[in-house]
Parts: sequence; structure tokens; C-alpha cells
Amino acid sequence: MDRTDKTGLYFHIPFCRGKCPYCDFYSLNAKSCPDEYVFSLLDEMKTFKRMSELVGKDSKIAVDTIYFGGGTPSLLSPTQLDIIMDSVRESFNVCEEPEITVECNPSSPNLEEFLLSASKSGVNRISLGMQSSSDKERRKLGRQGNAKKVEDAVYYARMAGIENISLDVMVGVPESSLSSLRETLDFCLSLSVPHISAYMLKIEEGTFYYKNADKLTLPSEDEVCDMYLFMSHYLKENGFLHYEISNFCKEGFHSRHNMKYWEGAPYLGFGPAAHSFYNNKRFYFPRDIDAFIRGEKAIYDGEGGDTEEEILLHLRTYKGISLENKSSSFINKAKLFEKNGFAEITGNNFVLTSKGFLVSNTIISELLSVY
Amino acid sequence: MKVKKEHIRNFSIIAHIDHGKSTLADRLLELTETVAKRDMQQQILDNMDIEKERGITIKARAVTLHYKASDGKDYELNLIDTPGHVDFNYEVSRSLAACEGAVLIVDATQGVEAQTLANTYLALDHDLELVPVVNKIDLPAADPDRVCADVEEIIGLDCSIAPRVSAKTGENVAEVLEKIVEYIPCPEGDDDAPFKALVFDSVYDNYKGVIVYVRVMDGVLRPGDTMKMMATGAQFTVVEVGRMGATSLESTSELKAGEVGYITASIKSVVDARVGDTVTKADEPADEPLPGYKKVNPMVFCGIYPADGADYESLREALEKLQLNDAALSFEPETSGALGFGFRCGFLGLLHLEIIQERLEREYDLDLVSTVPSVVYKIHLSDGTVVDIDNPTNYPDPAIIDFVEEPIADAHIYSPSEYVGTIMDLCQDRRGIFKNMDYISGDRVDIHYILPLNEIIYDFFDALKSRTRGYASFDYELKGYERSNLVKLDVLLNGDIIDALSYIIHSEKAYPRARKIAEKLKDNIPRQMFEIPVQIAIGGKVIARETIKAMRKDVLAKCYGGDITRKKKLLEKQKEGKKRMRQFGTVEVPQEAFMAILKLDGQD
Repeated sequence: MDRTDKTGLYFHIPFCRGKCPYCDFYSLNAKSCPDEYVFSLLDEMKTFKRMSELVGKDSKIAVDTIYFGGGTPSLLSPTQLDIIMDSVRESFNVCEEPEITVECNPSSPNLEEFLLSASKSGVNRISLGMQSSSDKERRKLGRQGNAKKVEDAVYYARMAGIENISLDVMVGVPESSLSSLRETLDFCLSLSVPHISAYMLKIEEGTFYYKNADKLTLPSEDEVCDMYLFMSHYLKENGFLHYEISNFCKEGFHSRHNMKYWEGAPYLGFGPAAHSFYNNKRFYFPRDIDAFIRGEKAIYDGEGGDTEEEILLHLRTYKGISLENKSSSFINKAKLFEKNGFAEITGNNFVLTSKGFLVSNTIISELLSVY
Repeated sequence: MKVKKEHIRNFSIIAHIDHGKSTLADRLLELTETVAKRDMQQQILDNMDIEKERGITIKARAVTLHYKASDGKDYELNLIDTPGHVDFNYEVSRSLAACEGAVLIVDATQGVEAQTLANTYLALDHDLELVPVVNKIDLPAADPDRVCADVEEIIGLDCSIAPRVSAKTGENVAEVLEKIVEYIPCPEGDDDAPFKALVFDSVYDNYKGVIVYVRVMDGVLRPGDTMKMMATGAQFTVVEVGRMGATSLESTSELKAGEVGYITASIKSVVDARVGDTVTKADEPADEPLPGYKKVNPMVFCGIYPADGADYESLREALEKLQLNDAALSFEPETSGALGFGFRCGFLGLLHLEIIQERLEREYDLDLVSTVPSVVYKIHLSDGTVVDIDNPTNYPDPAIIDFVEEPIADAHIYSPSEYVGTIMDLCQDRRGIFKNMDYISGDRVDIHYILPLNEIIYDFFDALKSRTRGYASFDYELKGYERSNLVKLDVLLNGDIIDALSYIIHSEKAYPRARKIAEKLKDNIPRQMFEIPVQIAIGGKVIARETIKAMRKDVLAKCYGGDITRKKKLLEKQKEGKKRMRQFGTVEVPQEAFMAILKLDGQD
């Protein structure tokens, strides 16, 4: 997992066949992805290429990860995906052995064909939005189809030659418990996938859950904490590395693309609500597909990459931060966190424990306040 | 030689709160065309927003009305307005001392109330001629006959002359002016005697300095004279004298015996021209000052701190500005381990405190945290010395205290008789000692209690109002000090004393109060990284405890798609929240927790 200065590309495919009740990502209702949108992605890539030529970059930007997120990228037709990939190779210098990920909904139609052709287009990693293996919980989460669909999707991916598979798990969902989480994790283990992303449910403003919060039977905060700690422990026992707050992987199977976010490497995001970090600048496209199609410019969001950001991002990972050159009050706080089991200090290296990950906001803001 | 100033009448209007004093004053101004209709804002005498909102007059104001009476003569009627709350009793008494008579307004739907009586007695103390007026006769519930009978029975005032008016509609209001001319005596004075005038109000003005409102008893004062304040000894050269129009000051060449007017003399602060002081001339001073001057002493104290420490200087400037206009407000710098740098402020009473806080927040845009109000305790130490303590933080070690005295008030509660039971419950609960109860009319009673001041300064009035659905009224005056069994409660968070939350309380009430404080803190302090013991102690002995459990998880925002902005915003929010927190050792306490403790009602 060595840090690379090569750039990652992110494509946002903001279409879904239905909005999940917990989701507040930018997405629109659609059965498929309109061509018009694909063309605007291509235009944006060309614009970026032209701009970097204008500032005197004669060689194309080196790219080693590409990520299709959503929305539902598996709504792209094989042709659309292929065109985008061609355009990527046209506008950027795609390095040897890139990581190319597509997020898939296990119940997207024609997933088998989609994965076969995606693989031919160069896709070598998929992330499946499973959330839970319990059909009861999946229904509550608005996920179509049962756990069998997930099994099928994993099978199709492998048939297409894609071995690097990640499953999404959601912790603390309505009607869930420690034992139902264990079942979901056992399900993941039985499929022998090398990567699991596990996010805690957060009731976001504007979602269906938010409006109906009083009708949800949610596990208590204490139960959710127990679930998270159990998951971390259980997956580690089964050979996983808890390499980021919400991510677990088998040796060598971390998400190279996502690591860029946490390690301060450059990335370019295309599509409404997509974020970029490039040349130490942060910018993003607003949550407005029409504005994006019209070709409106990204919004500048300030300088990035300073030490504060580094602390904030690195502490999310198992690598942590170095205590070298930190003030004595910073180190004292760090030691207090260690003493109380929120962190581990090895030599000069300060890393949060699972217990610390749970309160990382507080720990990070505490540390930043004395930085 | 004293001569009668036949064409002058100096009078006040006295009434219970909401009986229509300010509205009647407005009608009188309109009627005498002192204020043109188009300039008429509602309730001209109440200049401050807070006065208009609360419907009370905080500062006295005066205005001269010119009236041609039915006898064909022109009269100069000087209306001296009075504050309508017990906190400002002294100012009321000085205003009354400037008059020969008073109009007593009684609400035709309510009858005689606490302040009707209290103000009547004050007026009688000053030998004022009273003109009763029955107001609000336009209301359906008005019963002027019953109210007149009430006034005759309770106050012993002949109501056959009482005009029955509606200040709201203006009905019969002219009759009030006629009765003032007819029944209120004119002032007497000697223009040739040494100048002597009573200060009944003083107001700071940005351009003129302090405007001193006076009633001239004897002599003449002109611009250029050197005036002298007899109590403070301060001297000033008179810049301007004049009379008070309703919307502006009208300068004149002189002020003479019997007249009511103003003086400006580039005076920097109202502290130099205190209400009650006597103005004379430096080169020809009066033999002795007018009676009744006293420097008013604050009775209620609390610490006021800026929510954001950076506002300390702004707070100081704001307090200085308010003090220019309010000699009763005192403040001095104070430091609290919990709240940082702030001021110990002294007030006449709780209303005064609330008004000052509100003005600081509203007019000076300050965000404040204040400590629990305290009265002044007299602590007798074992070595014989006595110390005055107005801040629980300075409460001495109980081991060296011989005994403690607390201020005691003489309180009268006026209420419909059906609420007697609940009022007595309240007073007993507040350590009251029942003195007696009089039926002042068929169904109204005057309940007389001796109550410790610290039991009434905070929420007594609110509790009384809520128990009697607003029907009871309340009046008190300080009676003196009595020995009492008091203790200091300390609040400890994670073992550290939070000085700003210390509280002096009667020992009998210490346990229930301690339990309540502990609960409130537990509910209002958010979970933190570590478990926090909350303890309430007397001396070293813990009498109540709670535990705030450790926080296990905070919001785990996704860093999805490299959206660092969202994450950063969340941390910014956390930082903002932190700003509103007070740090005590390792514990952070939000402002809301403070408010919750301060607002601990005796009833819940």
C-alpha cells in the first residue's frame, strides 16, 4: 500500500431505479443512463485535457485508478462504459495494472452481460451494494431481491474474471442486532470476498428515513457500538485488515482508489456532486445534473493537503500519523487517548483502535485544537 | 417669602401595573396639544423598547402640559411619571416628593391591587393630595361603582369626585385635567431664597451630558450659574435650563421656585447627579439639603460573563454606558475559574437585573452567561469580624463561621381569596413566616408574610403568578437581617469545583436542591470521551451524585467519493460547538447546562 502520486479518476453515475430510503447521495430516478449524460462526461474529460495542455503540461496525466460510483453505475450499458473507457485512455495516460472499479447493484438487470463486457473494457474490481444478507433487513433498506442475488452477482463477476470483489455492509440498520450482523458477516466470509466496506447507518436529512425516523426500530447507540466492535474483531479473526474506519481487506486487496482520498493523493471527479483534489486544490461539481450537462465549471473549494487535513485523513486509516514534530500538548492528548484505549502508540506512530474509530470525530477535533 | 405659584400644578400618576397609567398620560398630552397627533407614538413617556414591551415604566420622565381650564386661566401642569415596580421604589418616592398631588388610577375591572395600595401609602407619606380616577370604563367587565366602593373602603378616599374615564377611547379624560387644577394644591416657594431643587431623575445624553430633572423649591437658576450637588459636593457650570416638551427639551432663560424643569451642565455621569440629591448654587448655597436623600444600594448580585471571552472589553464598555444612565447599577471585574473574566453586577432587584441583561444583549448585541443571583449575606466569623458576601465563591470556610445572617423582606401579597391556600403553600415553601391576613374587600385579601430575600429574588413572582393564574400581586421591602442556617452548595465535575455554580441555600433545602442540580447537569452535559462524575457537596461532604456515561460513538461521516468538504464542515461544526462550551479541567459544559441550572424552578 505505498502511496502513489498518480491520479485517480472518479465518475459519478447519478441514476437509480429507485431511491433507497437511507441514501442522500446525489441520484435521479431512471431506468438507464441517458447518452446525453455520457457525452457530457466525455466533454468534461476533454476540457480537462485541454486545460492541462494550456498550462504547459505536454504529457497526459498519469492515472492508475478509475472508479465508477453512484447512483448505480451498473445502469450504464456495456457500450456506454466502453466509450467512457476509450475516452479515458484518449485523455489520460492509464498506467500498467490500473485498478478499475465499478459499483454494482446486485439486482441490476442483465448484470451477467454487463460484468462480462465491463471486464473486457478493463474493469477488474467491483463493489456490490449488499448492505445485509437478511432479507428482512434488505427490505427495510429498500434493496430489491434477496441474498441469493448477491451470490449470483459474485458468481457472475468471477465468471467474467473479476476476483477483486467488495461487499457493502451497513451496520445499525432497522431491525438489526448483533446476531443478524454476524449472519451477514458469515455470509460475506462464505463467499470468500477479499474486501468488505462497512458503513454505519446515519439518518441523513432529506431522506425517507429522516422523515420517518419515529417509525424506525433502530438498535440503541450502545448496541451499534457493540456491533461495530464485534465486526472489527470478527473480521480480523478471519484474516482481514481493518485498514480504514469503514473498510476491511485481505492482504493486498485494499481499495487503491479510496486510499488516494485518505492519503492526500490527487484525484479527479466527473459528474454532479463529484469531488476533486488536484494541484493541492479542492473543487467539485454542484449537485445539479443540468448544470453539469450545460458544461458549468466546477466550484473551487479552497486549498487542500495541509497538515490539518493530513491528520484528519490519515487517522482514518490503520497507518495513523507520526507524532514527530508535534507539540507537547498534542502528544499529551495522544497519550491520554492511548491510556484510555482509544489509540495505540508504537514508537512515534499514533493509530486509532476500533474503539477510537467510533469517536474519531472527537479525537480528531481534540487533536486539531492543540495542533 | 414663600408665595403661591397659582398657575402651576405638579403631579404624578400612580397606579398598579397595567391599570392604564401610560395610556392616560398619552391622552393628557394629546388633549393639551403638548404632542401633535401626528407625532403621537403610543405611550410617549415610555422611551425604551423594553418599557413598551413589558408595559412598565422603568425610568421616570416628566413633561409640562399647558392647559386652559374652565375657569378661563392658563395652567402649567407638570406631569412627573413614576416607575411602576418595587425594584424602583426609591425613585418613585423622589418623584412623589417633587409633587403636591397625584392622580390615582384604578382599573374599573380590577379594583385595588398591591401597587395601588403601596403607591397610595407612598403618596400619603409625602402628604400628596390624591385625585382618584376610575379607568377602563369601556370594558364590558367594568364595574366602576364596586371599584369606587373598594377605594373608599380600603383607602378611605372620597370617590364622589373621581372621574370615570376610558384612557383608551379618551372618554371623560378632560375631566381629569379639571380635577387636577381644582384639587391639587399649587406649589409655594421663595424666588429670592438660595436656590434649592430636588433631583427626581437624571438621564445621560450623548450631546448634552447628563440631563438633570429637578423640581425647584426655592430660588432661581440661570445658565452660567455654578451649581453644586449637596450630597456629592460636585460643582458644574450650568449650560442650559428649560422645560420638558413631550418630544423635545425647550430651553428657557431661568428656572424658578415651584417649577419643574431640567438642567444641563456638561455632567459626565448620572453618578454625579443622583436621584434624591439637592441642587443649589455654589456661591449662595442653601443651608441644608432637602430631606430624603439616600444612595440606593444594590440588593441583588450576579456575575455577568461574555459567552465569548473576546467580548470582555465590549461588555465593560456596555456596562459603563448603561451606568451613565443608571446610578443604581454597580459592577466590578470578577474572575471565575469556570467562566473566565466578567463582572460582578449589583441591582435593585430582579426586574432591574433582567432589564440590564436584556439591554446588554439587545442594544449591545452581547451573548452573556450569568451566574445565579445572590443577595448580600452577613457572615459573622469566629474572630468577631463580619463580612458581607454577595458571591458564593467568596463564602468562607464553614469552620471559621460563627453564624450567618440573611436579608429578610416584609412582603404583601394581594389576591382573590380563592388562592389563599396555594399562596400560603408557596410562602411556607419559601421559608415564609405568616404575619396576618386582611380581607380588603369582599373577596380580596392582603396576605402579610416575612420572607427571606433570597427566596423571592429569583422566581417567586413567576411562581406566584402561575399559581394564581396571574391574579395575585406582590410587593415587598427590605426589613433587615436575621440569623439563618445557611450552607454553600458546591458543584463538582470530575472532582473539580465549578465556582460559577456554587449556591448559598438554607440547609433544609440543600438536599432536594442538590439532587435536582445533579440531575439537570446529567441531562444537559453531553456524553464525553470519559465518564464524568457529577457531585454536589457541602464543604467536603458529597450529598448528591450522578454519572454522565462516556460517549461511545460520534457521527461517522462517510468520506465517500473524496468529499473531504463534508468531513471538514462536520469538524468545523464541532469546533463551533466547542466554542459554546466551557472547559472545566477535562470536562466541557455547554451553555445550555448553565441555563438549565440557573432556571431551576422551585416547583419542578
